[in-house]
Amino acid sequence: MSAIAVLTTFLFTVIKYNMALLYGTVGEIVTEKSGSLNLGVEGTMAIGGIGGLLVGCAFDNIFVGILASFICASLCGLLFAFLTVTLHANQNVTGLTITTFGLGLYFFIGNGFKASGKWPDMLSTEGFKRGTESLKIPLLNKIPVIGQALFSHSILIYLGIIISVLVWWYFKYTKPGLRIRAIGENPASADAVGVNITLYKYIHLMLGSGIMGIGGLLMAVNLSGSFEGSKCWINGYGWISIALVIFANWNTVAAIVGTLVFGLFNTLQVYGGSLSNAFPKLLGWLSKIPPQFMQALPFIITAIVLVVSSITNKKNNKPAAVGLNYYREDR
Amino acid sequence: MKKVLSLVLALALCFSLVACGGTGDNGTDEKFLVGAIYINGQNDTAGYTYAHHTGITKAMEQLGMDKSQLKIVDNVAEDDAAVTQAIDTLASQGCKLIIGISFGYINAMNDAAAKPQYKDIIFSHATGYLANDTNFNNYFGRIYQARYLAGIAAGMKSLALGNNNIGYVAAYGTEYAETCSGINGFALGVQSVNPNAKVYVSKINNWADEAKERQIAENLIDNYGCGVIAQHCDSAQPQIAAQEKNVFGCGYNSDMTAQASKAHLTAPIWNWDVYYKLAIETAMKTPKEFMTKVGVYYGGLKEGFVDVSPLTDNCVEGTKEVVAAVKDMMVKGEWDVFTNVKLSIDAEGKITKTEGAMLDNKGNEIISADGNTYYVYKDGAISAVEGGKDAQDGVIKGSMNYYVAGVEEING
Repeated sequence: MSAIAVLTTFLFTVIKYNMALLYGTVGEIVTEKSGSLNLGVEGTMAIGGIGGLLVGCAFDNIFVGILASFICASLCGLLFAFLTVTLHANQNVTGLTITTFGLGLYFFIGNGFKASGKWPDMLSTEGFKRGTESLKIPLLNKIPVIGQALFSHSILIYLGIIISVLVWWYFKYTKPGLRIRAIGENPASADAVGVNITLYKYIHLMLGSGIMGIGGLLMAVNLSGSFEGSKCWINGYGWISIALVIFANWNTVAAIVGTLVFGLFNTLQVYGGSLSNAFPKLLGWLSKIPPQFMQALPFIITAIVLVVSSITNKKNNKPAAVGLNYYREDR
Repeated sequence: MKKVLSLVLALALCFSLVACGGTGDNGTDEKFLVGAIYINGQNDTAGYTYAHHTGITKAMEQLGMDKSQLKIVDNVAEDDAAVTQAIDTLASQGCKLIIGISFGYINAMNDAAAKPQYKDIIFSHATGYLANDTNFNNYFGRIYQARYLAGIAAGMKSLALGNNNIGYVAAYGTEYAETCSGINGFALGVQSVNPNAKVYVSKINNWADEAKERQIAENLIDNYGCGVIAQHCDSAQPQIAAQEKNVFGCGYNSDMTAQASKAHLTAPIWNWDVYYKLAIETAMKTPKEFMTKVGVYYGGLKEGFVDVSPLTDNCVEGTKEVVAAVKDMMVKGEWDVFTNVKLSIDAEGKITKTEGAMLDNKGNEIISADGNTYYVYKDGAISAVEGGKDAQDGVIKGSMNYYVAGVEEING
């Protein structure tokens, strides 16, 4: 066992298995920037994951899979938008409904395919599997440790980073981005200057949900698309994403950092013992921490961040109108 | 519009009530009804609940019973109130045997069995440790025997690969006797053919977490150089990871060859239908003698309750014969895993027995050389278990909390 190899695989694992959180977080930020709180991330990711995997395997193409996961999940966003924007349903309840509905549909579809023997074997597909393999970035991947850990991932990992930077740019430097932020802060004034609130909300709720869906596909791919019936691939990551939104202070680039911090603690549960063996002087103490504490740690960190951010950061970036339905007649 | 809608809804409600009544009327009250409480959904296509559900339906089929004779309450959490409610539901439907498959149902089932109104109902609880003299038993199996056989297959593969490192992805380690005896049984099987092998155990600290199961398997392969990955966890992720990294593995619970055909050697499996057939038949025909005929059930290879899945072509040549020979010894009761007799199997498949004390990985004696004393750790110190030779099953089921020599736990 080489110490450098342990460190490299540790960092690699942090990124590979936690990047799905970034999709969930960025998707939820887009949603919240438009003034809606969608608690249905878990269900939306499940739908995106299973839809993307099934369609992607059927067409044997990763890009078709990504598109399909985006579309399937954005249909969940459409449902959410219809219920909350058009029918003015309570956003919290609707979000929870989307989660229940999404997970139910996930098991319904998965068990149906499995029982009829039609579940695709991702590992025996050609094009789709090739698309999920690691794409080594030339030159950069030659750097020791970092090269392997950061620059030899699958396309779905890089795409997550690209999307979060693009979304950051979109909100900060484009006109529609400015308008949607206005809607999130004060829909009445946005309405007064002539922004079509309903249209903007529909588009961004669907966009946000669609981004979440790609995260679901990433989780499916990480598990080689193996559907086992009793547990969902997403396994609570949707809920963690919602907490990460606050961690990242509604900034999609900060969400990358949040994802990595969370992923680091999450992966310590697996690698704590190996790291302490590899670096006995520096990290020997890791093996003495009880595993239960390790498991709780990411959530403790999130709780601490919530407390600290609510005490110190009075002017956080939370959109003022998030969670509130907009009634035009009440202006 | 509203009136029409409410009329339609009211009508729909009426019909739904009629439908409920209808099934009740059709039920014949003569038939013996089995009740089952599941932790997950009855329509699952894999996993723990699926295994039990398949076992019960298979047993009922063998007994010539109809599907309608099985009443199910599924997705019941390990919560006393929820379990009690499920029991009441099943009892009111007329079930005479109520099966609970999850460990956490233990208290609610124990309480229900003691209630006077349920004295004619037999309660049967998987994996638990409580029972009474009349109508409440528990059942589990000697899966460690099957793990020993899987260990032989893994050990022979490690010899052929020239790689003595073997990984074990475990839900828990010494915290539970179930996981602990499984790890030890497997390791002893490995050592019977490859005495130099080292079994690295890495824990998930969770009964089911697919992503972690996979990450742990990858860590064992990448950083500990393991050439065979065994597991005590629900999903096939460790096997899939093994296949992707071109090493081999032993699954668990079901034949995981379907998920990882190029890596899988064999898997220790449960034949739940063996117990369910015995339990249902006895409860149906001679309910009064249930506790004497079935009682606290702890079946093994002999009963066919546990076994290994068919050995795949990934196994080394000759594995089949050795596994069959050792299995035969256990079926006949000539030898068992946790005794003072150790098996050594040479390259020709010749089995030699040697007597001697069994040591744990700290060098302490856990079974004395004469086989008459069993030891476990109590408050950090090794201490003898009362009951001498007869303590064996109790230790394996309930108090084993050490790893045998040659096992190393990575985290924690």
